[in-house]
Amino acid sequence: MRYLPHTDADIRTMFDVIGVKDFEGLFQTVPKSCRYDKKMDLPTPKTEWNLNSYMAEIKSMMKVTPSHTMLLGAGRYQHHIPSAIPSIMGRSELLTAYTPYQPEMAQGTLQGLFEYQTLTARLLGVDVANASMYDGASALAEALLMGIRVSKKKKRVAVSTAVNPHFRQVVETYFRPTEFEVVELPFGADGRTDLSGLAGQEGFAAVALQSPNFFGVVEDMEAAAGAVHDAGALLVAAFTEPLAFGLIKNPGSCGADIVCGEGQSFGMPMAFGGPGLGMFGCKDQFIRNLPGRLVGETKDLEGKRGYVLTLSTREQHIRREKATSNICSNQGICTLTAAMYMASLGGTGLKKLARLNYDKAEYLKQGFADLGAKICFSSPTFNEFVVEFKDDFQPARKRLVEQNIVAGLDLSRFYPGFDNRFLFCVTETASKEILDTVISEVKK
Amino acid sequence: MKNAPGRSGLIMEEPLLWEKGKVGRNGMSIPDSDVPAAHLAEELCGPGPDFPDLSEVDVVRHYTRLSQWNFGVDTGMYPLGSCTMKYNPKINEKHAAAEEIGVAHPMLEDEYCQGTLRIIYELQNYLAAITGMDAVSVQPAAGAHGELAGMLVFAAYHESKGKKRTKILMPDTAHGTNPASAALCGYKPIPIKSGPRGILDVAQIRELMDEETAGIMITNPNTLGLFEENIREIAEIVHEKGGLVYGDGANMNAIMGIVDLKKCGVDVMHLNLHKTFSTPHGGGGPGAGPVCVVDSLAKFLPSPKVEFDGSQYRLESDRPESVGRMHAFHGNYAVLVRALCYILTMGAENLKKATQYAVLNACYIKVKLKNHLHLAYDRPCMHEAVFSDKRQQEFKVSTLDIAKRLMDSGYHPPTIYFPLVVHGAIMIEPTETESLEELDTFIEVVKEVVHEAEIDPDLLHNSPQRFKVKRLDETQAARNPCLRG
Repeated sequence: MRYLPHTDADIRTMFDVIGVKDFEGLFQTVPKSCRYDKKMDLPTPKTEWNLNSYMAEIKSMMKVTPSHTMLLGAGRYQHHIPSAIPSIMGRSELLTAYTPYQPEMAQGTLQGLFEYQTLTARLLGVDVANASMYDGASALAEALLMGIRVSKKKKRVAVSTAVNPHFRQVVETYFRPTEFEVVELPFGADGRTDLSGLAGQEGFAAVALQSPNFFGVVEDMEAAAGAVHDAGALLVAAFTEPLAFGLIKNPGSCGADIVCGEGQSFGMPMAFGGPGLGMFGCKDQFIRNLPGRLVGETKDLEGKRGYVLTLSTREQHIRREKATSNICSNQGICTLTAAMYMASLGGTGLKKLARLNYDKAEYLKQGFADLGAKICFSSPTFNEFVVEFKDDFQPARKRLVEQNIVAGLDLSRFYPGFDNRFLFCVTETASKEILDTVISEVKK
Repeated sequence: MKNAPGRSGLIMEEPLLWEKGKVGRNGMSIPDSDVPAAHLAEELCGPGPDFPDLSEVDVVRHYTRLSQWNFGVDTGMYPLGSCTMKYNPKINEKHAAAEEIGVAHPMLEDEYCQGTLRIIYELQNYLAAITGMDAVSVQPAAGAHGELAGMLVFAAYHESKGKKRTKILMPDTAHGTNPASAALCGYKPIPIKSGPRGILDVAQIRELMDEETAGIMITNPNTLGLFEENIREIAEIVHEKGGLVYGDGANMNAIMGIVDLKKCGVDVMHLNLHKTFSTPHGGGGPGAGPVCVVDSLAKFLPSPKVEFDGSQYRLESDRPESVGRMHAFHGNYAVLVRALCYILTMGAENLKKATQYAVLNACYIKVKLKNHLHLAYDRPCMHEAVFSDKRQQEFKVSTLDIAKRLMDSGYHPPTIYFPLVVHGAIMIEPTETESLEELDTFIEVVKEVVHEAEIDPDLLHNSPQRFKVKRLDETQAARNPCLRG
């Protein structure tokens, strides 16, 4: 076996040194009653050739292939990934390192994370960003729990129903065993969260909105911040498409207290949903309640600049059950990947790419509207929008898959009354020709 | 240090990203628009982030230089106890990065993504076979996330029995994340002191386990690298009082093919695919922390679950007793692909060998070093051995100094100051992928460092010397946090 370097002679030498006769001698502390008494039921070992064949078979079972254009978002986005990114991300000094507990021999990881924190804080308009959470959904759950810690006494949070339904399900999972309550806020005919119910209500530690929300609608975050703060709560701003902030106002500048979301768009493939990363930041005054790892700048013995993990007294390995979260492993290499992507795009590139995504989505939206389909929400959208077709869209959707286009997500299973409503997503990967094909299929 | 691999370094200076670049450069090709510019309301727009503009060369050189300041498993031996830093096979990277997997959208209808679903289904089954457990969910994104899934299963189970429990037994030799994971589910950890032999004492469990206690979280082998020999008896006591047994599987590398966790009385456990199953740790992640349970608890596992009816794989979401969704989609999927590739490459026989060699390597180091470093518990160890700086204290040399000097010799240090039950702990886990020659060199280097501690303590105090930076001031970093540029 190519990963196991031991020869029979090595093993005998080592047995002699240890003073045992055989492997059984090494496991004498394991009682017979705990033993695995049969062979593990696994396939016979595969050579590289066999493994390649197996994976080829798996790939052949996929009906949606690399030739498909994905007009489907909902939390996972098909974007172009520059070839330089997987190449540098694959540097094994970065990829095969552990968490940087020994900073002097992990300055690559640490400076990379410090740069990620900085670019993310600038992108989201927050004072500080951590070195990532598992994903956008668990980041939202943690943000709401953080809101409860900051508030100290309050036991309720509110979440807009225009937040990605899977994110809301994860919040529910995290909150179920606690004494805290999650209240859902409705959305209006314009697709924006209706915050009127907050007026006069008290006792909310935090209120979470997503912008652009699940329908692609850009929420009025400044107004939301006013309403949420008037209710004495913190505003948690979630997102699933960070590219939006190349164009639209970022949540921090609108008054959000905690910002969290999914960062997969920044250089990671969709990969059936993971790994991506949870981007997470907040205002300075809440740092002590922040979950997750932080990298800080410091100096070495000679006064030279360097980076270390810091403020770890918030974390599980020091604070034990009183920690701000149980998170330990985060999304390390994905975090660096996101930084590589932000660095590759630059400020100028990010604006240009965001605008391109916006224009393309608007083109498809307009094309549908011209055919008489209903654009369900009147508010401005970024990248994604909801459309209701006059006729059953499923046959056209099936035809489009045959033409290598995955067109939209059926929303009926997420929202009652959303029959024949589809969530479309358009990124830079969709050419005008593709969009025209979709429009002409709908026309048929 | 005649034989130490670490003697010199090629270290390039590299500024922070925003200390380089010029407005107008870019490192990514963006196509010109082929659609008309749409109307965009000005009040929606922001100024855009203050990012540096860099060329592709700028970016590639930046990260290449950063990578050269790092040490990974591919660089050398990484005996970081409790972390199982084994070799990360390259073929697994290739398959995880397959374009067909990259483009698989997680919201596709089941019929369009049978291949990606099959990977999940098979991995679920193989992990059940390896642990001896009955049902698996691969959704948790890391070890601590798996622990949380497990604690949610505890809570759901007790709720189904009509009684919420408030406490959980927490040995001092459990993994560091366990108390925080239990606390997220509202459980108050009741600390259990390990006995004089470094393992749990049955009488103490009998005394503390009651009907207010949800169960126990046991790491086995524990963080001292010792097998909890009384686990079955402990499980019986916990079960008698209506509790459940959680097995932290972070140390699974010590017991594959040797121990059947279900026979030990474990009801719920998690695995760390980035430890035992060879997926790279990526400087902190992503990991994957599948949660495994016995049959009677399968209904509580996270949703959705992948099922197979003999011809089609499908996602099952209609699971009313499930703890719910843990992750927006299917967890860290590409990590799952790597782990599956590893299991398929190894098969049952080689996984068992991996365990045997991992334990062989640890025992060999233990025997060879126990006259040089103080051994916390001189008992048969499993996959890791825990030493301490007790003998070096008279020279005013600490565990930290020893660790930093080892770095100069070309090794990643062992885990230090953990587990907390051993003062000044030095926790060495070589893993099975290190050869006898590699172990011998490491052992000689440790002996030499121990000798240097006696004759030249300042050499250790001033280590490391051979890296881009000298010893870093962590206290200052925490006192005046600078968390962004």
